[in-house]
Amino acid sequence: MENKTILKDKNMFGFWVYLMSDCVLFAGLFATYAVLYSSTYGNASIQTIVNLPFVITETLILLTSSFTVGLALLAAQRGKKALTLFALALTLALGVAFLGMELSEFSRLVAQGSGPSHSAFLSIFFTLLGTHGLHVFLGSIWMLVLMAHVVFKGLSEGSTRKLLLLSLFWHFLDIIWIFIFTFVYLFGAL
Amino acid sequence: MFGILTFSALIHGPIETVPQVVVVVAGLAAVAALFYFKKWKWLYREWLTTLDHKKIAIMYFVLSFVMLLRGGVDAAMMRVQQATSLPGSPGYLTPDHYGQIFTAHGVIMIFFVAMPFMFAILNYIVPLQIGARDVAYPFLNSVSFWLTVAGAMLVNISLVIGDFAATGWLAYPPLSELQYSPGVGVDYYIWALQIAGVGTLIAGINFLVTIIKMRAPGMSLMRMPIFIWTSFGSMMLVIFAFPILTVTLALLALDRTLGMHFFTTDLGGNVMMYVNLIWAWGHPEVYILILPAFGIFSEVVPVFSQKKLFGYTSMVVATLSIVVLSFLVWVHHFFTMGAGADVNAFFGIMTMVIAIPTGAKVFNWLFTMFRGRILFTTPMLWFMGFLSTFIIGGMSGVLMSIPGADFELHNSLFLVAHFHNMIIGGVLFGFFAGVAYWFPKVAGFRLNERIGKWAFWSWIVGFLLAFMPLYILGFMGATRRLDMVDPAWQPLFIVAAVGVCVIALAVFFQVLQLVVSYRERRGRTDTTGDPWNGRTLEWATSSPPPFYNFAIIPKVEGRDAWWIKKHLENSAIKEGTYEDIEIPKNSFFGCIIAACAFALGFGIVWHMWWLAGVGAIVIVVCLVVRSFDEHTEYILTAAEIEKLESAYGK
Repeated sequence: MENKTILKDKNMFGFWVYLMSDCVLFAGLFATYAVLYSSTYGNASIQTIVNLPFVITETLILLTSSFTVGLALLAAQRGKKALTLFALALTLALGVAFLGMELSEFSRLVAQGSGPSHSAFLSIFFTLLGTHGLHVFLGSIWMLVLMAHVVFKGLSEGSTRKLLLLSLFWHFLDIIWIFIFTFVYLFGAL
Repeated sequence: MFGILTFSALIHGPIETVPQVVVVVAGLAAVAALFYFKKWKWLYREWLTTLDHKKIAIMYFVLSFVMLLRGGVDAAMMRVQQATSLPGSPGYLTPDHYGQIFTAHGVIMIFFVAMPFMFAILNYIVPLQIGARDVAYPFLNSVSFWLTVAGAMLVNISLVIGDFAATGWLAYPPLSELQYSPGVGVDYYIWALQIAGVGTLIAGINFLVTIIKMRAPGMSLMRMPIFIWTSFGSMMLVIFAFPILTVTLALLALDRTLGMHFFTTDLGGNVMMYVNLIWAWGHPEVYILILPAFGIFSEVVPVFSQKKLFGYTSMVVATLSIVVLSFLVWVHHFFTMGAGADVNAFFGIMTMVIAIPTGAKVFNWLFTMFRGRILFTTPMLWFMGFLSTFIIGGMSGVLMSIPGADFELHNSLFLVAHFHNMIIGGVLFGFFAGVAYWFPKVAGFRLNERIGKWAFWSWIVGFLLAFMPLYILGFMGATRRLDMVDPAWQPLFIVAAVGVCVIALAVFFQVLQLVVSYRERRGRTDTTGDPWNGRTLEWATSSPPPFYNFAIIPKVEGRDAWWIKKHLENSAIKEGTYEDIEIPKNSFFGCIIAACAFALGFGIVWHMWWLAGVGAIVIVVCLVVRSFDEHTEYILTAAEIEKLESAYGK
């Protein structure tokens, strides 16, 4: 038993370390954004892109999904399988909705001739948001896999532990999004 | 189907054809040998699927050694070119091929020699020194290793299909952009490093967690051997620096593959952003390499001075200072960027400051030797060779930290001499000391000391001959990466080329040492597990250690845990009863994931999008399938351990 608790502790700590390294990855992108955001070269700038009601909707969707993933975890810890799956499905739906909104914004920009290859600013704009979006996408796949775990194997200690890691990841993506919301959109709306 | 890959990618000039044929023949010969000796099953069971940190360590070492030979051939080709080419007689290499050679030399030596060599030593020694049975995540350890192999294979396949980058080892834009490097060379570079870099990052997390969470009972932080401390510092740097490399290479790849404009000269791209980012990774990288070498010396010097290490606490403080400071000096790689006097002054001063903790370490080693009964074994010789050459390199580094002096010496051979001084005289000699010191533990027999000493003396003489002339040439105005030199410089270039020959002799002696020691192994068997009268826990188990490392996890009662056990009457280090051990089962997913990563990289390089997509999807599928496997471990029962231990007769 003692062995098991050490193991749990180890995976948790390792995952935190991974999240910190991912944080550095985003730090690199934010730094590049700070350097390149004014290099619009006559094409769209952040001032022309920003659409606050749209972005606030995106933000609320993602924040709500953070809440629902928390609910899933609570349900899992109490052994309520159906509720866990429901909360996870809700989280997944919100994640997909967020991705859909992000993709619609991207396609709108590409359609109006402001794709990522048209200026240094657009390159980093698409890359910063796209990297976050890619994380949300991979997180969604992970969520599907964990749902399959719960369906086929029930709420074991193992699957609850994995859910805990997933929820950490999901909250982490939320925090990154808050930074994007603040430094990209709110600063852009000033 | 084949993207931009056409038959012409296989056609090379006469000199490039030689390595092309060598790679193909060597590969086919290896496969044929495996069939002939019927070793496929053995290879699969014992090596490809193993999760044992000790076997993974040996594979890292083999990878590193093979790549060292290739990087060494590259170095020799450059020296021959520079010693023979003068205006009017352009030497035997075309400029483009020469560019590929110096790029491949740098990339291979740092990423595929020094890094795997470091991880070989960490993998073998860290779990043993902290009294653990394996690393924190044995499966991820295998993934890390095979990803590194995948990266190395991408570099090697560029010899056969297409070409390699001709941009220098950091691939500065705009030269590395599509406009100026339209071939696939830079793409090979990007994806080789990207894949190996992800492997390194995973390994960094793995070892950090191992050190923090897996120490034997009683081993508090301030009781850890210094090698563990420096590995800890090095892994911290990996975790904070490698994501920056990932970002930088990803942005360059987006520029090249999707036509974005991060570092291009048009549409607002910023070239200096690349240079800043790559050095924000690149400077910590050199400390990632040197810190474990410092740790090895901190183990070697006390053992062979037969004294405890002088200034343990200051050694720890110095290590952690270096970890922090290494992130505050990156601009000294490009003072000439024109950031202004204030910025340059700050980074110049920080660079000088970082010499202080390094100097503290040097004095600690010297004071450890002071009044010790020094045994002049090969590990100790490597240490003394390191000390003398590293101090020369350190001095030349501090000299260049003065921005004014740096403007003069930037990109000259003085700089090249400086960093080879640090990386050969520091990192490589440190790792050689580690190999000489820990070899009996790994192989179960001692190395031939006499041939080891020949190797050492050839290395140090060859090194001085090869690189001291470069300091002088730098002052004479020779810049790096020249494929044609001023006739006035030729004598010194010839001296440097002679130095390379002596180094080649040294490598020959190293191979000879292995062969001779293996043939004499019966007379050299280490039956004690502690051939050097060591101080730390790796010597508390047999040589080579059983696959579970320790039958009973040792209890640590102070620094130099094994020494205390040997010299205190009532120590309880080995007391206890056998208990069941969970051992990770072999897994082939590490290999498969790496093969898919290779396909992913190769697919992107040649715009074979289907291949890249298949690679990416199979990686995800592998991870999902493994996540459903609950039986990744088996139980080795106490009774079985007792049987194994008594069979060993210990």
